Amino acid sequence: MALKTEPIIVNIGPQHPSTHGVFRLRVAFDGEVVQDIEPVFGYLHRGSEKLAEERTYTQVITLTDRLDYLAAMSNNLAYCVAVEKLMGIEAPERAKYIRTMIAELQRIASHLMAQGFFLQDLGAFATPIMYMFREREKILDLFEMACGARITYSYMRVGGVNADLPPEFMPYLTTFINEMPAHIDEYEGLLRENEILITRTKNVGILPADLAINGSITGPVLRASGVAWDLRKSDPYEAYGKVKFEIPVGSVGDNYDRFLVRLEEMRQSVRIIKQCMEQMPPGPHRVDLPMLLRPRKGDAYGSIEGPKGELGFYLVSDGGVSPYRCAIRSSSYINLNLLKEMLVGWKMQDLITIFGSLDVNMGEVDR
Amino acid sequence: MEHLATGCQPPGFFDGMNQWEEWVLNFFPRFGDSLCRSMGGASPGGFPDWAIFLILGIAGALIVVNIAALGVPYVVLLERKLLGRFHNRIGPNRVGIFGLAQPLADALKLMTKEDVTPSAADKLMHALAPLVFAIPVVLMFAPIPWADHAVMADLDIGILYIVAVTTAAEVGVFMAGWASNNKYSLFGAMRAVGMLVTYEVPLVLSIGAVALLAGTLNLSDIVRNQEYVPNLLFQPLGFLIFMIAVSAELNRAPFDLLEADSELVSGFHTEYSGMKWALIQLGEYAAIIGFSAIISTLFLSGWKGPVFLPGYIWIFLKMGFIISGFIWIRATLPRMRVDQIMAFGWKFLLPLAFINLFVTAAEVIAFPDGLPEWLIPVNIGVAFAAVIGFAKLMGFKAQTRKLTFSGDYVPPGEAVNGVRTVARGG
Amino acid sequence: MYGGGIIKGFGITLSYLFKKPFTVQYPEEKAPFHPRFRGYEFVWYEDRCTGCASCAKYCPLGTIKIETSQAPDPNVGNKYKLEVFDIDTGRCMFCGLCVEACPYDALYMGSNFERGTYTRKSMVVHADELRTADKRPSAFARPHLHGVEYKSDSSLESGEAGR
Repeated sequence: MALKTEPIIVNIGPQHPSTHGVFRLRVAFDGEVVQDIEPVFGYLHRGSEKLAEERTYTQVITLTDRLDYLAAMSNNLAYCVAVEKLMGIEAPERAKYIRTMIAELQRIASHLMAQGFFLQDLGAFATPIMYMFREREKILDLFEMACGARITYSYMRVGGVNADLPPEFMPYLTTFINEMPAHIDEYEGLLRENEILITRTKNVGILPADLAINGSITGPVLRASGVAWDLRKSDPYEAYGKVKFEIPVGSVGDNYDRFLVRLEEMRQSVRIIKQCMEQMPPGPHRVDLPMLLRPRKGDAYGSIEGPKGELGFYLVSDGGVSPYRCAIRSSSYINLNLLKEMLVGWKMQDLITIFGSLDVNMGEVDR
Repeated sequence: MEHLATGCQPPGFFDGMNQWEEWVLNFFPRFGDSLCRSMGGASPGGFPDWAIFLILGIAGALIVVNIAALGVPYVVLLERKLLGRFHNRIGPNRVGIFGLAQPLADALKLMTKEDVTPSAADKLMHALAPLVFAIPVVLMFAPIPWADHAVMADLDIGILYIVAVTTAAEVGVFMAGWASNNKYSLFGAMRAVGMLVTYEVPLVLSIGAVALLAGTLNLSDIVRNQEYVPNLLFQPLGFLIFMIAVSAELNRAPFDLLEADSELVSGFHTEYSGMKWALIQLGEYAAIIGFSAIISTLFLSGWKGPVFLPGYIWIFLKMGFIISGFIWIRATLPRMRVDQIMAFGWKFLLPLAFINLFVTAAEVIAFPDGLPEWLIPVNIGVAFAAVIGFAKLMGFKAQTRKLTFSGDYVPPGEAVNGVRTVARGG
Repeated sequence: MYGGGIIKGFGITLSYLFKKPFTVQYPEEKAPFHPRFRGYEFVWYEDRCTGCASCAKYCPLGTIKIETSQAPDPNVGNKYKLEVFDIDTGRCMFCGLCVEACPYDALYMGSNFERGTYTRKSMVVHADELRTADKRPSAFARPHLHGVEYKSDSSLESGEAGR
């Protein structure tokens, strides 16, 4: 007579040291192997899309800060790109270069944090986090020089940026960019060839390319699966058409590939920032627009390649001072589509690391 | 012949020693001797033998248990500060200079914390588990020699006793995990039993190799056998295996899946707070101190060292070195997965431990009266060859990967890896 | 390969034992902050303020409350007499849109960040508190303030603060 067993249901709950925010997973385990998952989210829902209908176009920028609160400049940029598309205006040259540079700095900061916490989930007790946060501190110092805040910036405005870069920005940035490749080498030396890391992350959590494309995955997750798709290359916005850079593409789509892709993207971001610094033209930093914007009636969808994927805003305007509808296509929310396919069949420790390597931010998921 | 109680040294033991040698280098035997003689152990009158034995035993036990009890908070402080230095930051430094009063603050906090027991938990087992975990660990300190004649219990089966006693502590882990009525703790406890039992085997085999070299299981004799050359040089492979097996026994990184902070919020001690948690902490860190003492005794020649420092200082220095090594490993390495740990233990460490045992046995048979020094490079070579050769044989290859780079601008309408790019507009 | 990667990691961690820590020992040392810092207080110059309430209209959260009444003599001085000027710093998110909106350079962000209080009510900043506080405006949205140095005790007068 066979032994009757039943799977054990564990609630990896909203408060957990490694769910990257308030995210709840009800998992059915058979021993250590995952059999079924049921994600529950919505704990951080603040009604951003509805609130955006009550605010004017410039006030919505403060709302977008809070979506992916760890990479707020990208959110601001995505929204401003969408509004500019709606209004049919273009930012001046200098503003484009400033925006590109700031977006790439934000990409480095976001990847530093993602890598740090991915390695913490793997068990490297706080060491990579401390090293990476030291560099992130310097980037946040730079942002504080530019706009006065460290996390919720509201720096970009429709038609440019809020204020031009202060004079102390460039020297600090030059020092930072010159020593950043050495720091990235240090992170690589610490963990890239580490046997324990490799055995733990290679061939774990494989996402095949066709499944990723069918599931609308974007960002480093898609690039690690082998698809060379990056919005900065396929439809250049801002100043990306004028700088030379490459996009790293993985082959297998496992945790190790995602880790490597994010490391390499940091290097490419350093390259872009260097070129922006050299090529920056003088000029106005903002288009002269009235304080209350009244775009024409119509709709527009504008998106950028944020650190976590494609972040887009779909704006419908009826000619008034507030958007009629503001829909947010958030990268983390769409990237969670394939969670079940990626998690079932792996062990409990792998569950945590696969979820960590997806780099999900609950502010974006719940909006 | 005078009747001497145990604890008194034979007469003439301290002849020919100057003050320094008598009172500092041989502090513990001298202290025990004066205590014993003051109670009349060397003369026919005075206290009966069993009373002297009892009193001296309690005095010795107090000293040894305090090494564990006072050492633990300071090892916790050392870990926090040293980890901080590895992380490019300072550890605790607010309470007292260099944070030296931090353990006092921690102890006060733990004593005043509320003791929470889950309502559906098995109360008796929940209360007993920290005791079952901590007490065998403190018992482990008995046969360790701290100086030349300063050993609490000179057991002839010293090292075997230590292995047996530390294995008993694993029952406490499982009791704690089961009695908490918490699925996370249960996960931790289940993983624990498998891992701890697995890594006992290479541990015992490498101890067997050292015992072969010394010819005895008595720890004091093993130390005396390492005249000029510590066993580390004769047994590099054994040292490596022992360090790895001890890391697994202590639940330290990279084997700390019992208390994996990021996965199972504290594993088997999730539901403990206050003094019970302090007892579990005591058991864990006292095991670290104890095993460092054992490693120093077996491989680094214990209390032997140049005479300008007494023996017990030398063994403390060596213990500090090994403990710092454990902290260094924790700061650098990520965790391993359960099935990988088991595979590593059974398929890699166990054959290596056997190889080590056979090579040592062959050497001891070939040179029955002491191994010559030229065997040291031979042994180091054998160690390298065994590790690398065995890994190659079993196919354990961990290779890093290269990424491809794509840099071209893809015009709208073209396909990239089967994905057609579209022009975006309006 | 066969343990080489692990040894490399060990080398890097060991080298950090000999480097100077990155820690800033607060509160003895403070991390330097920059001129455009959007601090936790507001700096308000009453003689420049006309009660136009652009700041209140522009605030996304509605934390500024302004009540004005007709001035005693409309031909002399301001048309409005400012009665109530409250900023609820408990709800404010310090985005700085109000500062950007002010056309007369009367409202500035401050540079302080150590303003803890015990009750929520005391977080509402009233007009007299704003009048009598130490004025150390930050350069956010006020580019002309960029090179100005503040000595530790003095506050900036309204004549120096505006354009």
